[in-house]
Amino acid sequence: MAVDANSSFIQWVIYIVQNYWPLFLRGAEVTLIISLTGTIIGFAIGILIGIIRTIPIDSNTHILKRAVYKVVNVLLLIYIEVFRGTPMIVQAMVVFYGVAMIWGIHLTTFAAGIFIVSINTGAYMAEIVRGGIISIDKGQFEAAHAIGMTHSQTMAFIVLPQAIRNILPALSNEFVINIKDTSVLNVIGVTELFFQSKSAAGNNYRYFEVFLITCLVYLVMTFTVTRILRYWEKRLEGPDVYTIHGSQTVPEAEIKIVGKK
Amino acid sequence: MENIIEIRHLQKYFGENEVLKDINFSVNKGEVVCIIGSSGSGKSTLLRCLNLLEQPTSGEILYHGQNILEHDMSNAVYRAKMGMVFQQFNLFNNLSVLENCTVGQIKVLKRSAKEAKKTAMEYLELVGMSGFIDARPHQISGGQKQRVAIARALSMEPEALLFDEPTSALDPEMVGEVLKVMKSLAGSGLTMLVVTHEMAFARDVARRVVFMDGGVIAEEDTPEVIFNNPNNERTRIFLKRILDN
Ligand SMILES: Nc1ncnc2c1ncn2[C@@H]1O[C@H](COP(=O)(O)OP(=O)(O)OP(=O)(O)O)[C@@H](O)[C@H]1O
Ligand SMILES: [Mg+2]
Repeated sequence: MAVDANSSFIQWVIYIVQNYWPLFLRGAEVTLIISLTGTIIGFAIGILIGIIRTIPIDSNTHILKRAVYKVVNVLLLIYIEVFRGTPMIVQAMVVFYGVAMIWGIHLTTFAAGIFIVSINTGAYMAEIVRGGIISIDKGQFEAAHAIGMTHSQTMAFIVLPQAIRNILPALSNEFVINIKDTSVLNVIGVTELFFQSKSAAGNNYRYFEVFLITCLVYLVMTFTVTRILRYWEKRLEGPDVYTIHGSQTVPEAEIKIVGKK
Repeated sequence: MENIIEIRHLQKYFGENEVLKDINFSVNKGEVVCIIGSSGSGKSTLLRCLNLLEQPTSGEILYHGQNILEHDMSNAVYRAKMGMVFQQFNLFNNLSVLENCTVGQIKVLKRSAKEAKKTAMEYLELVGMSGFIDARPHQISGGQKQRVAIARALSMEPEALLFDEPTSALDPEMVGEVLKVMKSLAGSGLTMLVVTHEMAFARDVARRVVFMDGGVIAEEDTPEVIFNNPNNERTRIFLKRILDN
């Protein structure tokens, strides 16, 4: 279909979709890969920092250990405050050009994109994970300690599984935010969806039509991802029925009980 | 008689507040000791010091004659030998009933999964919960939770079991099932230290009753003496108040 200045809005939209769909697709792909990888790495960073920031320190802890812990904690706090307190678009500029200037490392824009989203998400997740750990009932820690578990065992087998399940909605939320916010990476030339849209729009001087399509693509991504994650969270809650096994006396007895929620 | 734990001059401060004042006391193997006393007298704190959930401010806790506060022994190893049953059950919410009873055996005692399951099933059977191994803590009643918590502690095969008001958080109709399990344990020769407001249980099951008041052991004696003819005026007042209610 040929279009010109007199073509209607609908004609332009059809034209753009027909001619530029591979571009949108590639952009969406980059957006998804960067936001998914960034969310996962950011989550890992968050868990690590959350664990460190909840290590119990009291008057019995060795003085040297306490000093190291203090320093580490201050550094982590600075990291969290800086990345939560500045816009990601600015972080992208500072990191991308800073790394090149100071260390002479020329990251590909794709690698830089993943790096920035990861450390940005890490700063948010660190606080979310810490909150998740703190919110676990003290009785869970005490019961684990009472049967002789160490702090690390208690965290690994009892507390973190519960904390992580509780923060899954926040993690999903962070992923959706990242899908949208990776658009700022266009400032360093990452070829994500916004960047691709901009070139498609610029080629034709058709900003409204192009970005309306872009809008729709973002919406499809966030909507689908939200549904998938919600389904997954539900699955993780486990079944709400359990089987009563027969005791030695009545081995055949198997009764299904609908558990209370 | 072999004593498992002996406490000497145990003191515990919370800030400025002296909660335990020079406690001296010991528990012999196979003995059932009940600790009674009014709210805030330091019963829980004493129990929690005994398995190091609280760090005593000063004093000694001798375990088979060895002071665990000057540890040659790690806290974790010692704690595994002192089982604890909590008022609020504190079952691990992320684990099934069976896993609650195996996780400590596997991670702390380094038993194989098979061995751990066998031991766990033995004790779950004992408390009448072997049918519920797949249930999650939120799916069973309070009395059932507490029986699982007892099985979890027993699965570690501890030298002594500490109970902190194990029936206080239960609906009245569930108190009986838990006390029944505890009575049968006492009969089997398990060393037990029980903080309780169940005076009938203390009278029937304890070999010794300890009355705590204001952070000190005001009186300790056989249940007959404590309940029928206490020497200390404060014991008398406490019991009168409890039994009148
Ligand atoms: N972690 C803590 N920090 C500060 N004070 C505490 C702490 N735990 C207990 N206390 C104080 O220590 C005193 C004794 O408390 P404890 O829990 O040992 O009493 P208790 O005899 O078990 O009472 P109850 O019958 O109500 O359970 C109380 O005055 C309490 O306020
Ligand atoms: Mg108490």
